[in-house]
Amino acid sequence: MDIDDPSRPLPPAVLHILMALADEDQHGYAIIQSITVRTGGRVKIGPGTLYRSLHRMLEEGLVVELDERPSPDQDDERRRYYRITPLGRKAARAEAARLAELVRLARISGLAPRKA
Amino acid sequence: MRFYRLLLRLYPASFRENYGEELIGVFAAQQRRTAGFLPRARLWMVTIADVLLNAARAHADILRQDLRLAVRTLRRSPAFSITAIVVTALGVGATTATVTLTDFVLLRPLPFPDSEQLVKIWQGPPDRPPTLRGLSGTNDVSPGLYLGWKSLSPVFSSMGAFGTVTSNLTGSGDPERLDGAVVTYDALPTVGIAPALGRPFRVDDDREDAPCVVLISQSLWRQHFAGERSALGTRMILDDESCEIAGVMPRGFDFPSRTTQFWRPVRFAPDAATDFGDRYLRIIGRLKPQVSFEQGRGALAAASAQLARTTSADRANVSAVMISLRDEINDQSRMLLITMAAAAGCLLLIACTNLASLTVARATTRARELAVRTALGAGRRRLIRQWLTESALLAAVGGSIGLAVAIGAIPTAIRLVPTTLPIAEVPSVDLRMLAIAAIATLGTGIGFGVLPAVRVARRPAATDLREAGRSSAGRGATRLRGALVVTQVAASIVLLVGAGLLIRALERVQATPPGFDTSRVLTLRTFLPWSKYGPQATRTHFYQRVLGDVARMPGVTAAAYTSYLPMTFRGGIWDVTIPGRPVNPARPDFASARFVTPQYFRAMGIPLMAGRAFDESDSERTQPIAIVSASFATTYLDGREAIGATFTFGPAGRRTIVGIVGDVKVRGLERRSEPQTYLPYTQQGDNQVMGYSPKDLVVRFDPAHGDDDALLAAVPAIRRIITGADPAQPISDVQPLSALVDGETGTRVIQVRVLGAFALVSCLLAAVGLHGLLAFVVSTRTREFGVRLALGAQPRQILALVARRGMWLGLVGVVAGLAVAYDAGRWLDSLLAGISPTDLMTLSVAAGLSLLVTIVSSLLPAIKAARTNPRDAIQAE
Repeated sequence: MDIDDPSRPLPPAVLHILMALADEDQHGYAIIQSITVRTGGRVKIGPGTLYRSLHRMLEEGLVVELDERPSPDQDDERRRYYRITPLGRKAARAEAARLAELVRLARISGLAPRKA
Repeated sequence: MRFYRLLLRLYPASFRENYGEELIGVFAAQQRRTAGFLPRARLWMVTIADVLLNAARAHADILRQDLRLAVRTLRRSPAFSITAIVVTALGVGATTATVTLTDFVLLRPLPFPDSEQLVKIWQGPPDRPPTLRGLSGTNDVSPGLYLGWKSLSPVFSSMGAFGTVTSNLTGSGDPERLDGAVVTYDALPTVGIAPALGRPFRVDDDREDAPCVVLISQSLWRQHFAGERSALGTRMILDDESCEIAGVMPRGFDFPSRTTQFWRPVRFAPDAATDFGDRYLRIIGRLKPQVSFEQGRGALAAASAQLARTTSADRANVSAVMISLRDEINDQSRMLLITMAAAAGCLLLIACTNLASLTVARATTRARELAVRTALGAGRRRLIRQWLTESALLAAVGGSIGLAVAIGAIPTAIRLVPTTLPIAEVPSVDLRMLAIAAIATLGTGIGFGVLPAVRVARRPAATDLREAGRSSAGRGATRLRGALVVTQVAASIVLLVGAGLLIRALERVQATPPGFDTSRVLTLRTFLPWSKYGPQATRTHFYQRVLGDVARMPGVTAAAYTSYLPMTFRGGIWDVTIPGRPVNPARPDFASARFVTPQYFRAMGIPLMAGRAFDESDSERTQPIAIVSASFATTYLDGREAIGATFTFGPAGRRTIVGIVGDVKVRGLERRSEPQTYLPYTQQGDNQVMGYSPKDLVVRFDPAHGDDDALLAAVPAIRRIITGADPAQPISDVQPLSALVDGETGTRVIQVRVLGAFALVSCLLAAVGLHGLLAFVVSTRTREFGVRLALGAQPRQILALVARRGMWLGLVGVVAGLAVAYDAGRWLDSLLAGISPTDLMTLSVAAGLSLLVTIVSSLLPAIKAARTNPRDAIQAE
């Protein structure tokens, strides 16, 4: 992932995770559920994919880990929380812009549905 | 849940440590939310897929990271990296090349179907023990023996015979000499290979009066007929006979030898079944599927005994010698190949120990780095994994280069293999070779990667934070490296001794006098086709015309023709019967037979010891005479006066001896030759023993034509003379006589070069290993040396201290190596041409050379130590 290079796409899972974290800090399982709900069940991330992506995102500085807090919806067991960083927001915005540009080009070629 | 934990073990340890609990928590939550058999099953399937996929990806991520780091780290220490790669490449390359060759020749199945059932059969003396290995004392068989044994051996599903010939191809472009074979109609089907194009031989093709048909090889087909199918049915002219091309054999069909270009039916004469005298055939037999080799041999022995009983001919009283096609490679060649493989193994061992030593040294210095990084939180296992990746990378790069080197070296190495072995021209690069290289690489990689990693893993981290060299662990590493150096020195001694022995054997063979004078003599071959040159008169005319013109050429002092030059033809021996000398049918007297023109002995420089040489007055009308070699007189005439004695000589009948000449090594420099007999070329007879018609031209030049180039410059003129005498006559095998004799030692020269190269490389590696170790020791003791020097020690003493350490290691290695070499030398015995395997001179020179190398590689670090500046050394830490 190279966020400074606008032509290199972010892996889809990473974008979804960043979107899930955009509003609030979440722990692993909540991120999975959030993504499922947002996409209406069309996109489901497995735990392995999630943590692998989080690992890389941590190394790239797109998210940070927070101290463990009890989670209200998981029997109060301590879970690690993740927070998006400014760099992460920047990366997500850049990716969204890239995708928007792609859609625009697709519309010109008649391959995307016109805005209603 | 337990199962899920188990699945998680697929992930890398570091990943598991970080996220294991999270993963379990998520899975637990998912399980709580799912109820019902089908949804649960689905959850499991999805989860398993998730784990498998991501575990693989996680490992890949780590590998990518490690590789990038490894490349960076290795780039920072180029000396180590390049040394490691070069050493690996050498070890893997040498091993792959020699093992591939050995595998190809000795282990792989022959390229014939069911090749374990194929055997070759010769004749031997009747009292030959059936289990005797090797082919000494055996001879080609005659048609009578072949046909007789064939009819009496039901254990063979088929049995064919073949002989090798060389023929003139004319009628298309320049006349050319081709190697080929005459075969019975069932010889090629016995081998089991059918023509790729056209048809095989039929029984009708093999009758004496049948029209001539041939099968040709792929390479001949492509060269002369452009690979066109229309070549079938056309004719080619072999030895002046027009032969129809019936078919083309498949690519890579190399029977009976790799140079065979065509096959013709042997076309026995009607009386072949009683012909026991003309020995020119070899038999190839296929045992029936259920029959074992031992059973076959027994049945064949019974058959030969029965044939001897039922025929009255003495010459049928022989034993049949059967050898499986695979075992035909003679013991010398097998020994050679195994020796080469062992030498390569030695080299690989040295390479591995060298690498291990290098890496242990590196590990010791990096132990501190490991300890610091561990203290800072990096996983220990992760670091070790990283090191292993480094080693694997080095091994992979080195191994690939080694494989490339091996592939490049194979064409040279294949020259060690005799051409009569039915293997492809060059072993192709294939899976087996790659597998061999991979195993060698893996062994090396493990050898030098795992060892230090394991050592480091076992030590508690705290000790490493102290001085790397001075800790007890550091000393242990140094002791280990010392042991490795000793091993290397010992192994290099073994190789040096081996190479040295082979060098001495080569010298001895090269120094063997061949019995003739090879300086300033040119030879070439003009094979006279039998159909055209049957009558004695036609041959006489040809020789006289050619020799007359050649003798008149400038610089020529003598010119002559002979049936076969010495060392070019294994056989050509006839029975000798001396009146008054008891005949032992089990071990008849024989001598080699050659027809020569009068100037032969002068041209060859063979001394005339008594009586006279042939001259032009000896013709078919004068008394049948012979000239014999000195050993003939001493062996067969028991001190009687040789000149004037008579004897019966095979098909040549009764002969009177008129002269005695010196012996020559007919069978080669290393073999024992039987006594020689020479007959005048004019007394061969019409259509008699045509195979012995003189074909080798010998031309001796005066001293002005000193070197080989001057000799070869005369060839065009000779060619013109021969074409003038017969326009359809090609010439072949043009070479100086000295080259012929040198060719006898060709294989040995290659042996010496290869083993010598191995020995030198191993010496170098051992020197590098020793130097590296001492340099390391010096670097860790710099402070101590500084203190000593400051306290008044002489630099000389420091030098002695370090040098002594090196010398001691070298000495132990030399002694150990000599012990092994002394014992192992026996193995090489058959290759040594009489040199003793414990030859003192060789052992001494090897030891001396190794000690010299040891001294030099010890001196450099020792000098550096002695030059230590005390102030800098003490302040350095």
